[in-house]
Amino acid sequence: MSFLSEQIDTSAVLQVHNLRKSFFGVEVLRGVSFSLRPGRSLGLIGENGSAKTTAANIVNGLLKPSEGTMLIDRQTYAPNGPGDAMAAGIGFIHQELNLFENLTVAENVSLRAFPKTVGWLPQINKRRMKERARELLAEVGLEIDVDTPLSRLAQGERQLVEIAKALSVDTKIIIFDEPTTSLTAREATRLFDLIERLKKRGIATIYISHILTDVLRLCDEVVILRDGAMVENVSTDGLTVSHMIESMLGRPLADLFPERSPRTGVAAPLLEVRGLSQPGIVANLNFAVGVGEIVGIAGLMGSGRSEMARILFGLDPAVGGEVAVDGSVVGERSPRACMAASMALLTEDRRGDGLMMPATILANLTLAKAADVVPSSFSVVPEKRLEEDAREIATALRIKAHDLDRQPVRSLSGGNQQKVVLGKWLLRAPKVLILDEPTRGIDVGAKAEIYAQIQTLARNGAAVLVIASEFEELFGICDRILAMAHGEIVAEFSGPVFDREAVIAAAMQTQAEAS
Amino acid sequence: MQASRQTLRLTLLRATPAIMFMVILVLFSMLSPRFLSLQNFANILTQSAYMAVMAIGMTFVLLIAGVDLSIGAAMYVSAAILILYFPWLPGLASILLMAFLGAVFGAINATFIVKLKVIPFVVTIATLYVGRGFALYLSSTRTILAPETVLSFGEGSWLGVSYAILTLATLFVIALWVERWTPFGRYLYAMGADFDGARKAGIPVWGMSFAVYVLCGTFAGVGGFISLSQTAAASTFFGYGVEFPVIAAAVLGGTSLFGGRGSVIGSVFGAVLIQTVQNGLVLLNINPYVYPLVISGIIFVAVLLDSQRTQLLTRLTRRLIRTETT
Repeated sequence: MSFLSEQIDTSAVLQVHNLRKSFFGVEVLRGVSFSLRPGRSLGLIGENGSAKTTAANIVNGLLKPSEGTMLIDRQTYAPNGPGDAMAAGIGFIHQELNLFENLTVAENVSLRAFPKTVGWLPQINKRRMKERARELLAEVGLEIDVDTPLSRLAQGERQLVEIAKALSVDTKIIIFDEPTTSLTAREATRLFDLIERLKKRGIATIYISHILTDVLRLCDEVVILRDGAMVENVSTDGLTVSHMIESMLGRPLADLFPERSPRTGVAAPLLEVRGLSQPGIVANLNFAVGVGEIVGIAGLMGSGRSEMARILFGLDPAVGGEVAVDGSVVGERSPRACMAASMALLTEDRRGDGLMMPATILANLTLAKAADVVPSSFSVVPEKRLEEDAREIATALRIKAHDLDRQPVRSLSGGNQQKVVLGKWLLRAPKVLILDEPTRGIDVGAKAEIYAQIQTLARNGAAVLVIASEFEELFGICDRILAMAHGEIVAEFSGPVFDREAVIAAAMQTQAEAS
Repeated sequence: MQASRQTLRLTLLRATPAIMFMVILVLFSMLSPRFLSLQNFANILTQSAYMAVMAIGMTFVLLIAGVDLSIGAAMYVSAAILILYFPWLPGLASILLMAFLGAVFGAINATFIVKLKVIPFVVTIATLYVGRGFALYLSSTRTILAPETVLSFGEGSWLGVSYAILTLATLFVIALWVERWTPFGRYLYAMGADFDGARKAGIPVWGMSFAVYVLCGTFAGVGGFISLSQTAAASTFFGYGVEFPVIAAAVLGGTSLFGGRGSVIGSVFGAVLIQTVQNGLVLLNINPYVYPLVISGIIFVAVLLDSQRTQLLTRLTRRLIRTETT
């Protein structure tokens, strides 16, 4: 298939026409076309499983399209791998950064094209490598010694290194895939400023994100995907978030957050945390979560919120303090003991800690429950019954999959993976559910469903502790919010209406300010 | 507080092989008057040369979190072919031939690993047995004697330095240059840290892997030549089980079995350390059946050190959230 001459957009740096991709006979990407001009930014949005990342990976050469053509600077572009994409001037900032902790900042930046001493000898010119790295880091606004090992850098700094790396070669197009998921608010603002500067320099960007306000703010045009098909390709002028959501879902989203009934009186405490401490991590944590209560932890990245969740669930040690469920102290600090006490933890890193990626959806769903349904470790698991329950929960959670029994969790989109983790715990009907970033990298539709599930669980008498970077989320679903900073609970706020500024200010305070 | 104590422990763990080396030196020199002499150290270096050369090749494999268990077979096969079919070759050409045969052996490993995506452990354990079997077949399970040209290499020296040490020194310098100064070397570290990430970063990971196994085979061929020149014959046990001390040498020198960490400097040091122990045991007239016990003890220590280091490093790189004011 080739372009008709009148279809060629002569000013476009990248033109994509009718891109399609099938996996095992199932078409996941169904005809995407767009053109991208220098200095312009294209937003790529859609629900989880709408093949955004698939489209981006085709442009980046990681996948080959089943059909369709691409042009870069009016030349046919058919990459055989990320190397070709790079050579064609495409930089890709992956959601999980592509950097190496055991190399220095300078080496990471120069990885794509090490400067040579002399042409014929493959020897790296280290002096020039460092000089060039310094220049590039200055461009992205990161002040750091280029000899620092990458392992010492914070997440936001690493992302700037990644962008510097993309700029190290003659880059025309940079693709950002969910760049803000692991950034603090301050780091995200810095990133947006940088993207604006890159646009001014004539670099075209493709921006993939679930945070639609960011997309509206940054992008000039938006491609909206639904189930792999392109439903809209429009300019962001006059576009509204609610229209984008409607277009993505194919239906208007009634309410993101479920309706809440005001709480009356003080609930009996179900989860009690008393004096929990671990040097250098958390200090003297004291709080309780009542029956049917949803308590939010408002903290920035690095406030100790995730570490606290891991300690609560017995994954990490604590030197002092105790955790009690329903009045009885959890004796041993291990996940097993916590599960026996009817606790559950949805971890921040669902791929690493929450799921067995190559295993099937059913195997993942039944994993936590399996231990409960048998009288001893040596008895046979009643798989039939377990599977029926799992199928039920999969339906209730609306997990989008063609075959629960065969399909590996790896093949699911982020949102559906998260639903599997949630389903795994819901099967056990936990009394205490700790959720660490339950909606990270998940589209609005799935978000609303997960909120509703949390709400239902609480209504049925569970104590829920939610950690979230997006404070709006906490304001929307929590009965109470605890602000966390430098490993301590620094303030407590009662709902249902919260003083947003006060919560944010409390979460932003530093240890020096506090003492 | 806790962090600084862990840093101290890490420094101690890193220094353990060096401390072990010192202890062994002191111990052996007290027990045997012949141990602490320049001549004996030249001997140790010459004797450790073959293992050190192979440890260099192994370091590259370990850096990308792979492993090659077939190096002993590679050295036996290439030695058998040299002796049986090319005994008339001059010295230098013999080295090159064995290096080439080792490279071919490595390329066979690499083909299975890279093209068919079989895990290195399984591939190299298979080629280890196939290779030994093939060499036994070629030699009709007889001990075969090395030709004169090879023997003269073993006896030869230049300015009082044996050819074995010279060969080791040359390869060591080249390997160090590759490791530190070339994109190839830097890519090895990136691949060891995150193989899939390296692929996404546009590093030709499969081509690199192929090259690494070929290199390891090449170094095994050269190591085999040095060993052959010293033992004067290839018995049916030539190169048997050599992979274990070689891997131990690399790991003792700080190369991680988990990939991404280490250096050829450490590996050469590790090989010398192991040879020093053997040399001491010989001088002390210890029952030869005790050697494997001692060597396996060292291997155990090496692997233990590696896992402790890895654990400590993950703990140390964990970021602290608050400063304790006590």
